[in-house]
Parts: sequence; C-alpha cells; structure tokens
Amino acid sequence: MSRRPIATLTMSLLAAAPALAAPATEPGGTATLDYWSMLYVFMLSTFIGIGVIRRVSRLLHTPLMSLTNAISAIAVVGSIIVTGSEHPLPIRILGAIALFASMTNIVSGFLITDRMLKMFKGGDGGRR
Amino acid sequence: MIDALTQLSYVVATALFILALHWMNDPKTARHGVYGGMAAMLIAVLATWAQPQVIVHHVWIALAIAAGFLVGWPLSRVPLTAVPQRTALSHSFGGLAAGLVGTAEYFLWLGEAQANLTPFRMTAIVAEIILGFLTFTGSLMAAGKLQEIKWIPQRPVTFPLQNAVNIGLLLLAVTLGAALVLNPVASWSATVFLTIIGLALIFGVMLIIPIGGADMPTVISILNSYAGLSAVAMGFVLDNKLLITAGALDGSSGLILSVIMCKAMNRSFTNVLFGAFGKVVAAEAGTGPRVYKTETVEGVAQLLEQASLVVIIPGYGMAVAQAQHKVRELYDQLKKRGITVKFAIHPVAGRMPGHMNVLLAEADIPYTDLVEMDEINPDMPQCDVALVLGANDVVNPAARYDKSSPIYGMPIIDADKARTVIAVKRSKNPGFAGIDNELYYADKTWMLFGDAKAVVGELVKQLSGGGMH
Repeated sequence: MSRRPIATLTMSLLAAAPALAAPATEPGGTATLDYWSMLYVFMLSTFIGIGVIRRVSRLLHTPLMSLTNAISAIAVVGSIIVTGSEHPLPIRILGAIALFASMTNIVSGFLITDRMLKMFKGGDGGRR
Repeated sequence: MIDALTQLSYVVATALFILALHWMNDPKTARHGVYGGMAAMLIAVLATWAQPQVIVHHVWIALAIAAGFLVGWPLSRVPLTAVPQRTALSHSFGGLAAGLVGTAEYFLWLGEAQANLTPFRMTAIVAEIILGFLTFTGSLMAAGKLQEIKWIPQRPVTFPLQNAVNIGLLLLAVTLGAALVLNPVASWSATVFLTIIGLALIFGVMLIIPIGGADMPTVISILNSYAGLSAVAMGFVLDNKLLITAGALDGSSGLILSVIMCKAMNRSFTNVLFGAFGKVVAAEAGTGPRVYKTETVEGVAQLLEQASLVVIIPGYGMAVAQAQHKVRELYDQLKKRGITVKFAIHPVAGRMPGHMNVLLAEADIPYTDLVEMDEINPDMPQCDVALVLGANDVVNPAARYDKSSPIYGMPIIDADKARTVIAVKRSKNPGFAGIDNELYYADKTWMLFGDAKAVVGELVKQLSGGGMH
C-alpha cells in the first residue's frame, strides 16, 4: 500500500544525499564553513519532515510527539563531543549536563512511545 | 578514514530517522518506527563516541549516559494521563541540552580559538541559546501547569502591557544577540552572552504564564518545534548535518501539529501566544441562571439501552478522572447489546495532540472505533445518544454563530444534532476556558453531575444488573 510514498521518500533522499555526504570541515579548524550546504540540508529536511509527518495518522499524534522528541535528542552527539574532548573542566561539566538531559530524552522518549504504540489495537479488540 | 565512517553512519542514521517517521503513518507499522529510531540513535552515538577527538574522558560520557538511563527509565513509566507533562518536561530537557552546548562552545572558542567565532557561527550560537533556554523554562512552566503544581497558577495570569513587556524582552535579547554577532570577542561580550541567556530564561516563563489549559495542545506543539529548531541551530554551530536533519524533522513535526491544533481552534499562532484566553471570558459568563435538566443513572442507562448508535465524546474530564477503563466496561456492555458505539475525537480534546486516543487505546478500545471529528459529524443526526464525557468547549454550539464568544469559528463535534445528549460533568462551573455552554440547557440534553469515573461506573453497574435477566 505504501509503495508510492516510499518511492517519493527515496527520491527526496537521493536528492538530499550529495548535501548530506558533503565533506565536513575539520572541527576546530579555521577553514571556511560549508554553510551553504548546511542551509540546503536544513531546507530539504524540513520539506521531507513536513511531507512525511503530514501522513502520520491522527490517532498517533501523541506517540509521534514523543518519538520526534527522542529523535531531536540527537543533540546527544554534540554533547558527547563537548564532554569527551580535552576541554577545560567547566566546559566539560556543561557538556555532561547536556549529555545527561539528552540521554534522558532518548531513553524515556523511545520507551514511552513503544509503550503507547503497543496499546493501539485494531478491529475486534484483542488482535495483535 | 574514521571521518568518512562517521559521516557514513550519520547518513544511515538520517535515513533511518526519516523511515521511522514514515512508519508512523499507520498504527500497524508504527512500532517499526520506534525500532528504526532506536537503531539510528545507537549508530549516531557510537559513531560520535568513536571519533578521534573524543578520546580523553570516556568515564564522564559513560557516567552521564548512565544517569540519563536512571532518570529516563522511570519517566517512561508514568501513567498515561501524565503523558502531556512528561512530554513538556522532555521538551525542556531538549532545550536545556541545546542551550548548554551552545554556551560551552562559545566559551570554549572565546578562550581557545577566537577565529572560530565567525558571524555565521555566532548567529547560530545566539539562535541556539535563545531558543534552547526559552524552551527550557517555557516547557518547565507548561509541565508545572499540567502537573498542577501548587505554586504555579493554573489560570492564565495576565497584567497590563503584558504583550509589550514580552515582545520587548525578546527584542532586547535579539538586539543584544546582534551586537554579539558583530563583536564576539570584545571585553563585554561574555557579559552580554550571559545577559541573553537570562533574558531567554525569563522570556520562556513570561510566554507561558498567560496560557490556560485549553491552549496547552497548541503550546506543547509550538515548544516541540522550538526544541527541534534549537537542535538545528546546534547543528549549524557544530557543522553537523545529522543534527540539522534530525532537528528539522522534529521542528517540522511540531510545526504541523501546531497548525493542526490552531486550525482546530480557529486561532492563529500569535493569538494563542499573545491572546490570553480566559481574560475576555470573565465578562461573558454570568448571563443569569439558566435551568439544567438532570437525569438519574437509571434513566440514562435506559436511554442507552434503547439506542442503536451511541457516540461518546471524551474530553479532559475523562483524563482527569482516569475514567478510561470504566468507559471500556460501558463500551463492552453496550456492544453486548448490539449497539454501535463510536468515540468522537476532537483534535484539541485533552492537553496534547492525540491525548484521548492514547488513553482509550490504553483501555483496549480498538482504534477503529476512534473517529475523527470530520468523519463523525455527518453521522451525528443518526446518533441516538451523544454521551459527552468531560468535554465542554469542543461541543459548544455557540462556536458556530456567536461572534462574541471566544471560541467563535472553532470547529466542533455536532453533539447537539444527536437525538439525545447526555452530558457528564464534574461540577456546575463552566469549563476550563470559563465559557458557558448552551448545549447543557437544550431540550434534548440531560445532565449527569459527578466524577466521570464514578458516574460511568454507576452506569456500568446499572447496565450489567439489568442485562442479566
């Protein structure tokens, strides 16, 4: 049933791929930032997000919110870099608090989404 | 080499995140979405942790992750009626993480690599800290209101020139931000940076105090969007495209949900954020005493038994009373008699998008019987009994024609078109938004006062007693 959406999805992904795979400048280096490609990625992923999320069943809006919550806790990536690198102590403390906060969102977000989705049962009550 | 692997992992994680959201379009595949998201997150975390510059402080990372598990696990076990406050709380954690990382990066570069503070990066950092910290306090306030914490006022708090003060605060923060972008390393820059953080923290609180419970679904969606956007800003700061993509997905999700919520209330963003409900309403209420007709539980049970189509319209009252399991028993009793039972779900019923669906699903009611407002309304004239269960504004006919009503123009569930209406209500006071509801005084309406759970329990007792012989 979902052949067509997947196809559109793949196409949009392919369109976004060159931007996603563009080489990163060395972190900490003074090289000019590749900010045009970042803006492209932002623009394209916003459209992909809107396209995908518009089709989410209204039944599932609460789990959708907790799932996107967990996904946006991808801030964990930034927190790990700040916490784990050789930085002054206060910086690492800020990073560790951020890492803790993101991790909390990841764990509680995914688990509660699954807990809620488990409860949605179709037709005659007991199936699945 | 390791850098290429990291980037490749990020691309895979991005694709999985998109697929995860795609799977949410059908309840049958939705759980794949969770697994897809988890896998993507695991890949992203491992790929980042393996990076060469993250060599030194593994113990710190491990401890922070462990602490996240310790707090996150109990937060995922909260009762489903508390899901709105948990969601608000997690938005605030998301905002906090973004704000702190932005702060850390700024002071790091200020101390060690000032050349990194380009205007582009500075703009991103300023956006990150403003969005992050205002989401932090704003969502904390929202969570506090939803949890009904004593010292946080439930009713909208308003004062003269409130909007001017709020907009002024934001403008000041943005102006200081612009100054900082132009002078990132001046002697006063660090002070200005901290001032902006302070302003954002205050602005978050100010933004939420004028907001009442009925607007919470919209506000939670907007805060969701902000949390996502702060992650995007972090991605710009760190030059990390995975952060940008995942943040944008969250941001657009919050945006779509806000639009749906606003449409369902016939209000605009600005009106929700700056239009304090409740204030206007005080003058509207008190149009003199009008007469309700009350009915006994026995009478209502009889009405229900004779019906062939019953539509139950749940609202926040059902959530507060934790009545969903009793509602399931009522549903079973009616189904046993061959009566068709449907649930009419208004998009803003409850305190967050989709709130009612989750509660009813928890009580094992099949989602095929949960019907959206637009789909159920054409069937309402054929409905024998509309049972309004702790809902109020979403069935108020004044929304159709009364231009002076604060809810004028809001799409409603046509409960008044049913042959009989039974309204279960906690008290005789007007609803959360403080608006009187003429549906309660209509000829075909019968009121049943009491706690939703207790009342439905009584009804079930009546029906099961009567059904035996």
